Amino acid sequence: MIEIENVRKSFGQLEVLKGINLTVPKGEVLTVIGGSGSGKSTLLTCINGLETIDSGRIVVDGTDVHAKGTDLNKLRRKLGIVFQQFNAFPHLTVLENVTLAPRKVLGLSKAEADAIAVKQLTHVGLGDKLKVYPSRLSGGQQQRMAIARALAMSPDYMLFDEVTSALDPQLVGEVLDTLRLLASEGMTMICVTHEMKFAREVSDRVAFFHKGVMAEIAPPDELFGAPKDPDLRQFLAATH
Amino acid sequence: MFETALSWNDLAFLAQGAAMTLAVTAVSVAAGTVLGILFGVLRFQLGPYWAAPLTFVLDIFRSVPLLIQLVLGNALQSIMRLGWGPFTTSCVVLSLYTAAYCTEIVRGGIGAVPPTTRRAARSLGLTWFQDMRYIVFPLATRVSLPAWIGLTLGVMKDSALVLWLGLIELLRASQILVTRLQEPLFILIICGAIYFIISFPVARFGGYLEKRWSPND
Amino acid sequence: MFNYTFHWNQALRALPQMLDGALVTLQIALLSMAIGLACAIALTLFRLSGNRILGGFATAWVEIARNTPALFQIYMAHFGLGNFGIHLSPYTALLVGIAFNNAGYLAENFRGALKAIPDTQTRAARSLGMTSLQAFRYIVLPQMLRIAFLPATNQMVWAILMTSLGVTVGMNTDLAGVTQELNARSFRTFEFFALAAVIYYVIAKAVTLAARLFAARMFRY
Repeated sequence: MIEIENVRKSFGQLEVLKGINLTVPKGEVLTVIGGSGSGKSTLLTCINGLETIDSGRIVVDGTDVHAKGTDLNKLRRKLGIVFQQFNAFPHLTVLENVTLAPRKVLGLSKAEADAIAVKQLTHVGLGDKLKVYPSRLSGGQQQRMAIARALAMSPDYMLFDEVTSALDPQLVGEVLDTLRLLASEGMTMICVTHEMKFAREVSDRVAFFHKGVMAEIAPPDELFGAPKDPDLRQFLAATH
Repeated sequence: MFETALSWNDLAFLAQGAAMTLAVTAVSVAAGTVLGILFGVLRFQLGPYWAAPLTFVLDIFRSVPLLIQLVLGNALQSIMRLGWGPFTTSCVVLSLYTAAYCTEIVRGGIGAVPPTTRRAARSLGLTWFQDMRYIVFPLATRVSLPAWIGLTLGVMKDSALVLWLGLIELLRASQILVTRLQEPLFILIICGAIYFIISFPVARFGGYLEKRWSPND
Repeated sequence: MFNYTFHWNQALRALPQMLDGALVTLQIALLSMAIGLACAIALTLFRLSGNRILGGFATAWVEIARNTPALFQIYMAHFGLGNFGIHLSPYTALLVGIAFNNAGYLAENFRGALKAIPDTQTRAARSLGMTSLQAFRYIVLPQMLRIAFLPATNQMVWAILMTSLGVTVGMNTDLAGVTQELNARSFRTFEFFALAAVIYYVIAKAVTLAARLFAARMFRY
């Protein structure tokens, strides 16, 4: 369970998170929508401790992420994150991209790591690209590799930060299909996205962020069908 | 306090040396740049295949130590009975040396101008020369200027080697004073400081231009 | 035009001697690169450390190396250190001078290479649970080495060319030194130095070629 309690975060003068409260139970698929600068991406990087927070608390399975003694490297093993930019490691093959962290962080043998990586890469449809360098892959393939790389650490939670935003339109579908597959398998996921149709289909709940505040959170039918917040109504009208 | 036998006359002697360094640099960079632009345009227009002989000859100047080039240049002018003094010989060799590097810079600069831009210029009816003058030259200059500044400073530093031909430039002047006054460290530090004062601000300016004009920012 | 007869035989007879000199040249170049590389890594770490004194020391080294002539740096090692009672042989002075120069240029090269690797690479590595040291070792360093490799090869060629400066401080065992001694005995300046130029050229090209082959094997992506 991920518990977010009254989290505030500023970059200089700009307050991007103004007291967020949110609980994500195991097995839930939560999508987060909202305009740019609404703070939704920052929240994800705060959850796995890549960004610090100014006040409040984020607790993952009972561990306070931002407490002094927390071993972030250990915590991050259970929190997979995939970014908008694919961040493939260009000097490693697809297989090596995926096996590096399991070997160096989890201490698995090469054979064990390879087995996991092959399984995950096959899972996302890249089973035939193991020995290829990322520069030979399309954007969609690189992004699926990044997903497999995160999954290879056997995380309990997956965070997706606008994973389709940097992709050409015709490549968006293959990545969303991968996310759908994960959701159907019961992975706990928080997806920041601009894909409304996708959010509607896969989510258990959808949260709408506006100017650093979580303005509304509800199951998709309710949020899209009968939006209460005026900003949300405006946002939905503009995106359709 | 600190005592030194260094007199004002000696400092004037060092200044004369520095002036010689700057003179050799100025002449060589000016001549080398003109040649470099000529060769650079030629290399670009001819393409890698036809320019191969030119490329090969220029590459020699970049793969053989400058000191050896100076000695060879001096020997050659004496064999040919040209009667050149050390200043002329030094400037001729350094000019060719500069031209070899400048050619690469110019070629790179021209190559960095997108072909589509040039096609647009030509499709407006500009002649090859007008295209070069009004489109390629300003754009290529932006790309090449930082590297050219670096080259100029490089030649300024490398010009110290002309002391081997007997020219009294900054480093040789310092060496003469070191031999006479027996204060090597003090005099060399002054000498190094003069080089540094000439080079450092210009290098910083080049770095600034590079950053400012970098296409990624 | 020429009232001069070239005597190539004399120069060719001295070829074995000159090739011995070429070996010394190569040795100094390689040693100075190894020392320069080690110093450059230290300088880079100093500059990254955030420590004012270490950072200032590294910056001073880099700027002096890049803004004064290599020959000046060799003179400093040969004559300048005499003030401290340190009297280096021509060989050592040459080695120290070139290594100092190499370190400055390589450190600047490393800094540029580090800058060229986006922060998102480190971020991605950290998000997989790697420590900052692991992220540097497995993600940043290999990419940095690739970017820095070609400029480092150029520096190696520079180091070879710089060894010729030893002759000005009395070095007489490297290629330039041997050539100068032969020249002083025979006055066949052009022939001897032309042959030396050919040897330098061949060495420079061989090193460049070897580096290219090595890079093609090492960096496949």
